[in-house]
Amino acid sequence: MLNRRNRIPQQVSFSRRATNWVATAAAASAALLVLAPLFAIFGYLVYKGIGSINLEFLTHTPRPVGEAGGGMANAIVGSGLILGIASLIGIPLGMGAGVYLAEYGKDRYSDAVRFTADVLNGVPSIVIGIAVYALIVLRQGHFSAFSGGVALGIMMIPTVARTTEEMLLMVPNNIREAALGLGIPQWRSTISIALRSAASGIITGIMLAFARVAGETAPLLFTAFGNQFWSLNPNQPTAALPLQIFTYAISPFDEWHRQAWAGALVLIVLIVVSVAAVRLAARRGSVRHTA
Amino acid sequence: MKAARPPDEPDNQAVILPNLAIRSAAEAGTPVPSIAFGERKVRSAGLGTRFADTVFKYAMLACTVSVLAIVALVLYELITKSKLTIAEFGFKFFTGQNWDPVLGDFGALPFIYGTIVSSLLALVLAVPLAVGVAVFVTEMCPKTLRGIISFTVELLAAIPSVIYGLWAIFVLAPLLRLHVQPFLAKYFGWTGLFTGPPFGIGMLAAGIILAIMIIPIISSITREVLVAVPQHQREAVLALGATRWEMIRMGVLRNARTGILGGIILGLGRAIGETMAVTMIIGNRPEIAKSLFAPGYTMASVIANEFSEATDDLYLSALIEIGLALLIVTLVVNALARVLVWSITRGHVRAHA
Repeated sequence: MLNRRNRIPQQVSFSRRATNWVATAAAASAALLVLAPLFAIFGYLVYKGIGSINLEFLTHTPRPVGEAGGGMANAIVGSGLILGIASLIGIPLGMGAGVYLAEYGKDRYSDAVRFTADVLNGVPSIVIGIAVYALIVLRQGHFSAFSGGVALGIMMIPTVARTTEEMLLMVPNNIREAALGLGIPQWRSTISIALRSAASGIITGIMLAFARVAGETAPLLFTAFGNQFWSLNPNQPTAALPLQIFTYAISPFDEWHRQAWAGALVLIVLIVVSVAAVRLAARRGSVRHTA
Repeated sequence: MKAARPPDEPDNQAVILPNLAIRSAAEAGTPVPSIAFGERKVRSAGLGTRFADTVFKYAMLACTVSVLAIVALVLYELITKSKLTIAEFGFKFFTGQNWDPVLGDFGALPFIYGTIVSSLLALVLAVPLAVGVAVFVTEMCPKTLRGIISFTVELLAAIPSVIYGLWAIFVLAPLLRLHVQPFLAKYFGWTGLFTGPPFGIGMLAAGIILAIMIIPIISSITREVLVAVPQHQREAVLALGATRWEMIRMGVLRNARTGILGGIILGLGRAIGETMAVTMIIGNRPEIAKSLFAPGYTMASVIANEFSEATDDLYLSALIEIGLALLIVTLVVNALARVLVWSITRGHVRAHA
């Protein structure tokens, strides 16, 4: 026994040391292998996309097949319109649900809501698309930006709700009690004290939900539908950047492929910039928390 | 004190009653809840405040109801809109191999097969890599690299599905066609999995792109679970003279396996429902073929491709029924995964408290 306890690591048998080394190498190469597609995708996006982005691409609508030039301006604006509608639906409902779960949610009903929200988060986006199609498009009789916004808004709710809850639970209870002790009604203390203290974290959650739905294509296929022309009417079929990329990518025309890469680059830049900005903001927020 | 407040004054009752309750609680020696102080101080605005508090609470409650309502509504819409094919084909819908919209004959087996094969292929490729990354980040790599690697893996999750599809069509598929598939056919053709003409696009490409897409979710959940393994488990195994890998295998992975399994199932749920990238790369042919080089079709991609072309009610109903099946499968898979992950991470929170 004494002998064994005195063993120093160098005396570990060769086969065990070899296994240890092989496992470390395997884990490290797994990390490298996972990062490879990321760099490949970004590399190709920049390489193929950057030559096609010019002022015309950002300010013009698509040209007919066979004509060079044209752009995706209507799709960029259409995406903005659809995402605006989605945010108007997803953010208030999600935040409200999050507030309830954090401030009142200690019963089994709230556990059921948490579970449902997590499950809703995993529902395939295309299924949400079908449901909204049946719910709105079939009843109205036409595709619309509004129905696309509803579909994306529904997808935002679970993420926003769960991050709002998590962030509110991190606000110390003494602050709420202090507010109540000063005679502030509970609803005021929730809005102006608890929500305000948790603001940076909640904004992070909202932005992540936003970034996630910004690239969604499947639920828009039969809700917003797409449009080759300008449309700012929420009641009309509307172009969206991911939809346009999809249509162009599976088309047989080289000119459209080129534009698909350019659109993809614009989309990824918009998304990555917002995620990175949010991450920076969140880091600053967490520093403030510990201080 | 109680006698000084005549209980039969009707307009005071609403205000007095809670106070009485608080006072009797205090007299009985139980601690008064802190909220009660607030209520007492603002007695003059009591009714209005309590009204506003109630309204606020119920408004927030309504938001939570909306979450439940959405899931219920989605289920309801899919069930009512797929009644036609449920009545006409029954369970045969899921075992039939013919998909002929013109003749009105609908069997979804090729799509179910495509979904299962592409998702399993994705898991086989993704799980070792994702767990490897998670182990590397939490247990092995220097601290400075830790943040960078997990941030870049998270970035993979931020790339939209349609961009994966675009990349797969123009970069991955040619790569497979020219280099990977000839190699596989030459050395592993005898398995029967790698035969036939190398198109590039097909089941293999779909599985690879799905694997890339589900790695972030599996690895981030695995990381969460690994971090939740108590430090003393590691120290105990190390104290017995284990090497680092033996420590990871016996002290960490063994304790975390339930949670890792949850993460894997969550990744499976993602793979089953993934639509755009798969639609762009799988080849979209409703056939059941053994070879992974052959084109296939998945449940999600048949909906994406054919939904807006579905002209008659039976066709539409068939596609919606596929959507319903997809929904139910993902609901079950996700619920299972959540239960597994919660069982680990919740214990972690409790251990800290």
